[in-house]
Amino acid sequence: MSIIVDKINYIYEQGTNLERQALKDVSFVIEKGEFIGLIGHTGSGKSTLIQHLNGLYKATSGHIYYDEQDIYDKNYNLRDLRNKVGLVFQYPEHQLFENTIFKDVCFGPKNQGLSKQECEIRAFESLRLVGLDENLYYHSPFDLSGGQKRRVAIAGVLAMQPEVLILDEPTAGLDPRGRDEIFAILKRLREEKNITIILVSHSMEDVAAHVDRIMVMDDGILKYDDTPRNIFKHYKELEKIGLAAPQVTYIMQDIKEAGFNVRTDAITIEEAKKSILETI
Amino acid sequence: MSIVKAKNLTFEYIRRDEEGNVESINKAIDDLNIEIEEGQFVAVLGHNGSGKSTFAKHLNVLVSPTEGSVWVDGMNTLEHENTLQIRQRAGMVFQNPDNQMICTVVDEEVGFGPENIGVPENEIWERVEKSLKSVGMYEYRNANPTKLSGGQKQRIAIAGIVAMKPKCIILDEPTAMLDPNGRKEVLKVLHELNEQEKVTIILITHYMEEVIEADKVFVIHEGKLQMQGTPREIFSQVERLKEYRLDVPQVTELAYELRKEGLDIRPGILYSNELISELKRIKEERNVDNSR
Amino acid sequence: MIRDITIGQYYQAESKIHSLDPRVKLLGTLVFIISLFLGMNIWIYLVATIALIAVIKLSKVPFKFIIRGLKAIVVLILISAMFNLFLTPGTVILKVWKITITDRGLQTAVYMVIRLIYLIMGSSLMTLTTTPNNLTDGLEKGLGFLRVIKVPVHEIAMMMSIALRFIPILIDETDKIMKAQQARGADFETGNIIKRAKSMVPILVPLFISAFRRADDLAMAMEARCYHGSNGRTKMKPLRYKSADYKAYIAMAVYLGICITLNIVL
Repeated sequence: MSIIVDKINYIYEQGTNLERQALKDVSFVIEKGEFIGLIGHTGSGKSTLIQHLNGLYKATSGHIYYDEQDIYDKNYNLRDLRNKVGLVFQYPEHQLFENTIFKDVCFGPKNQGLSKQECEIRAFESLRLVGLDENLYYHSPFDLSGGQKRRVAIAGVLAMQPEVLILDEPTAGLDPRGRDEIFAILKRLREEKNITIILVSHSMEDVAAHVDRIMVMDDGILKYDDTPRNIFKHYKELEKIGLAAPQVTYIMQDIKEAGFNVRTDAITIEEAKKSILETI
Repeated sequence: MSIVKAKNLTFEYIRRDEEGNVESINKAIDDLNIEIEEGQFVAVLGHNGSGKSTFAKHLNVLVSPTEGSVWVDGMNTLEHENTLQIRQRAGMVFQNPDNQMICTVVDEEVGFGPENIGVPENEIWERVEKSLKSVGMYEYRNANPTKLSGGQKQRIAIAGIVAMKPKCIILDEPTAMLDPNGRKEVLKVLHELNEQEKVTIILITHYMEEVIEADKVFVIHEGKLQMQGTPREIFSQVERLKEYRLDVPQVTELAYELRKEGLDIRPGILYSNELISELKRIKEERNVDNSR
Repeated sequence: MIRDITIGQYYQAESKIHSLDPRVKLLGTLVFIISLFLGMNIWIYLVATIALIAVIKLSKVPFKFIIRGLKAIVVLILISAMFNLFLTPGTVILKVWKITITDRGLQTAVYMVIRLIYLIMGSSLMTLTTTPNNLTDGLEKGLGFLRVIKVPVHEIAMMMSIALRFIPILIDETDKIMKAQQARGADFETGNIIKRAKSMVPILVPLFISAFRRADDLAMAMEARCYHGSNGRTKMKPLRYKSADYKAYIAMAVYLGICITLNIVL
């Protein structure tokens, strides 16, 4: 699988007084198995962008190719695209509706037209992947904690066996343990399924610690697209657009200025620790 | 004098099945004793479901203790006639900014509280102006609150409480739904209110960065008060915090990791300059050792 | 689709209509509705049309904006037109198979359609030019006399204003829920009526749950800010009549007078 986004533009509420260009000439390529972090302040266009990737929004101009096929082609089936590109929205409350967790997870595969048995196999498989306690499978999804609801919502999309999984701020509002659990799931998905993941996040620390590539959106433009280490070298520019580097990068800057010869491009605590131990 | 005091506070959620039989009893708060000094900036830490929000609701008489008592500014929350006075003196801001806005214009929203406590018309206008200025939102007084950013909405919600002239503001995870910039805006406003207006701030949160500047930190876990002290005292116990499903700021974590590797760094590092002076001391000591 | 609903939305502008006292606008809407139900008289409808156009012009609300509100009730209008068209007795002017159309049926249907359209336009105009809070204040004060017979006027007014405030939020939320379910392969467009009705369940359940949660949160937030009904409550922006309001009342009286006269005379 591969996704090619070629110069897409999106104009919001075209022709009204609310008209605003949400995406400007955005182009990039995503290959199978990548783990990408998408960052940008609120209103930078990142939510609009991810909704283009599964066809919920149609670009005003430009093209998106999934596996070399133009998704805006007349004959292209957008529902197929949505089966391949799974999108988990920020609030699980927006999608949970069945009276048991298990039935809720079956909703996606059922829409794909699979047999009851096949749906159930997939539901079991994806609930296992998100590590939900088996005793909870037949409980109401509304009785769960915030972190558990998020996991059920992810399972609901995984059950459709997508090739790409996009998550919109999956850790917002979760406590540190809940956040770690979500990242553990993403790690497992990559190891077991080699699934491509795009993660929208506000936490630079989380992105720095987990992804291989970061895309930075600012005012509808794809401003940077690089490895985390190279991205956070631009921390001064990032600050100008309402973002920042992980705290540990700043700490290392301070230590360097105090006369220690440490690496200032460290982006995780592990790297920082090593570098300090080497110089001292 | 303490503005908030809880003694042997216990609160049980009782779940009933369809016939009304008790299905389970869940102790959200379990024999909690807490005392908060007037004028302080206090943080209450705990993971989701630790009971910290239930505790906050007691301070505003939104729930009543199953056992034990809570006093706010010397008034017992169990005595019904105190309710309105307590709510006026200890205002509360909630997590979701959209779900606590009642009006469609910012100034009316801020005026809602004063209207309820019967403040005369002229004085409401004065209070609204002053409190909007104190959160830096005065130029938005005629705006529709739903059109504002999350951080701005929470500042309006805070102004709505400030307009009631409270002694104390309780905030139940006010930044959980905000982006980093919104979070900074809200924290700045809270510190200004605390320093300039001497309002007691009780901030319920699980973001560690918001806690560093607090005067005192309480850690609640499974409905019990597990730790209390200054941020430094609390953050010097990294392992214990992890046990309670909490994090520490990255600089504290880095110092802790270095300490585990055998460097003699003191526990409870909160700022990078503290880490630097520890590193300098260690390096000098090593140089002395080497030159010997 | 759902974004087209204009009833209960406020259109920000500086106009003579916007600055009128809400009590004037409420009574004005009532007078307008009464005039529409006086009788099926073409002259009354002509006067009503002129009055409606004049008020729309004065309000500075774009005509398109008011028309948009009608889209949501097109089906309702058609159904009621059909009932009148086919089921009213009178002289038969057209007969196809078992369906008959009579002269009186045609007449009633046309009046009915105009009446419904004007009704919606008139009331949309009121909500478009009055903030929900202002509207509530108007209702509360205008209907204050009902308190004597133990009608909880304040509570009803408060309830209405909250409902109005939450409409845009819930519309937005419906949109998000639809997208979340579409991402899971839900299909709202194809299939027969039963299938489509079934496909609404995944939207309605989250929407209801979210609405209840919001209501719960809001009730708590109101309590926390010392809300305890109308007892001892003061007003930040109490309603006071200005000279323009008295003029508007006079204009309304003249309008109703003309309509009644026309109804009697013609």
